[in-house]
Amino acid sequence: MIDVINLEKKFGDNNVLNGISIKIEKGDIVCVIGPSGSGKSTFLRCLNCMEDPTGGQIIFNGVDIADQKVDINIHRRNMGMVFQHFNLFNNKTVIENIMLAPIHVQCQDLKKAKKTNRLTKITNIFRKDKKELIPITTNKAEIQEKAKKQAISLLERIGLADKADVYPSTLSGGQKQRVAIVRSLAMNPDVILFDEPTSALDPEMVGEVLDLMKSLAREGMTMIIVTHEMGFAKEVANKVIFIDEGQILESASPDEFFNNPKNPRLKEFLSKVL
Amino acid sequence: MGNFEQKLEKFLEIFIDQNGYVKVLEGLKNTLIIAVLGLIIGILIGTLIATVRVIPKYKVLPRILNGFCSFYVGMFRGTPMVVQLLVFYYVMLPIMGVHMPSVQVAILVFGLNSGAYISEIMRSGILSVDGGQMEAGRAVGLSFGTTMIKIVIPQAVKNILPTLGNEFIALIKETSVVSFIGAADLYVAFNLIGSNSYEFMVPYLVMAVIYIILVLLISLGIKIMERSLRKSDRRN
Repeated sequence: MIDVINLEKKFGDNNVLNGISIKIEKGDIVCVIGPSGSGKSTFLRCLNCMEDPTGGQIIFNGVDIADQKVDINIHRRNMGMVFQHFNLFNNKTVIENIMLAPIHVQCQDLKKAKKTNRLTKITNIFRKDKKELIPITTNKAEIQEKAKKQAISLLERIGLADKADVYPSTLSGGQKQRVAIVRSLAMNPDVILFDEPTSALDPEMVGEVLDLMKSLAREGMTMIIVTHEMGFAKEVANKVIFIDEGQILESASPDEFFNNPKNPRLKEFLSKVL
Repeated sequence: MGNFEQKLEKFLEIFIDQNGYVKVLEGLKNTLIIAVLGLIIGILIGTLIATVRVIPKYKVLPRILNGFCSFYVGMFRGTPMVVQLLVFYYVMLPIMGVHMPSVQVAILVFGLNSGAYISEIMRSGILSVDGGQMEAGRAVGLSFGTTMIKIVIPQAVKNILPTLGNEFIALIKETSVVSFIGAADLYVAFNLIGSNSYEFMVPYLVMAVIYIILVLLISLGIKIMERSLRKSDRRN
């Protein structure tokens, strides 16, 4: 589903990623591990072009999204992202946070369809064989209604339905991160990128976020997770990769990765953290 | 103080019996119209410029736009308001062959001028919003512009509201220079009353009081607005 070919990223003269290639299939849960400054977060942020790659290709659903000419906004809808610092919209309530993107995107599509239809209607006057109009089956109110229903069911899933109308500033870190995760779920993405989702949380709250991620994993969501939670990687991932100095030094199943590491740098790293 | 009572009587006579208050009300109306519409135009222009100036600049078009905006801000911050009024009214518009009433010219110039100042205020407001907000908006598939309008600018406005209030107050007070191009504002009205009675003490005093009351009312309004915008914070 995602095919990364020789991805490179430079910040000025600083080479952060030196040719990363990896294939990610549907349903894969990939954990990315590495020392700080190794480029693992940059790698993740390049995947949805939050940082524009300076070289290489990212083939996502058959399209090279590293290409500057591609409308990245359309592809980002299918690629959720969860941040270390949650980044909930502070000026929106919890439920608005979740509904904002689905409503906006669908209303935009609706507007676009109506516009094309108007144009087709006018040009049809001069056409012999009339061009067909795009069928419009919904309206704004219906979209809003649907998004709201979905948002409520998502909130119920994480047990925060009673917090729907409060602002994010009143939530705890773990609650914020769970809301952030369902916010990305609301777009029904093909893959979710997690950028150290538990690093900014109290130890007490790490569990609730990891539980939610595990339940997503069981449902077959494709996930790419940058994390320092070795136990979580061992338990959930079906592939673990080790990045250092902008390169993938080891890529293996979790069992192989933790019990039988081959790369000397990885051995050293694991001996420090385990 | 008998002298003062005499002066006050004279003022009241002109103000009430000779319909001086009509002039004052008209002046007040013009002052408010110029300041309020100027502020609105200023906020629109300022927001636009501020947005342009925070767009990442590795493409050509944003660079050109950015250069133009810098030029605009430099021009309007670099000359006094009176000069801008005079240049617009007596130079630019005649050259372009446009006839406009002086109040409309004043609104235009005040809008353009405050746009330059507000753009810098707004830019600092936008920069004060955590970069993660923009990233989160982009990550769910919203465009730069949509994220700006729906997420970043509302938060920026909340942060800069006190400064924006300052700008509005400054505008109200600066309207007293529009008489340079013949627009009838508060100052013109009271000046007229004064020159009718050859007595300026009381009219100018009343004028000062009216300005103070206006400014106090505005500060109060801003405070109320701030409070209602703060509802997404815990700090209420």
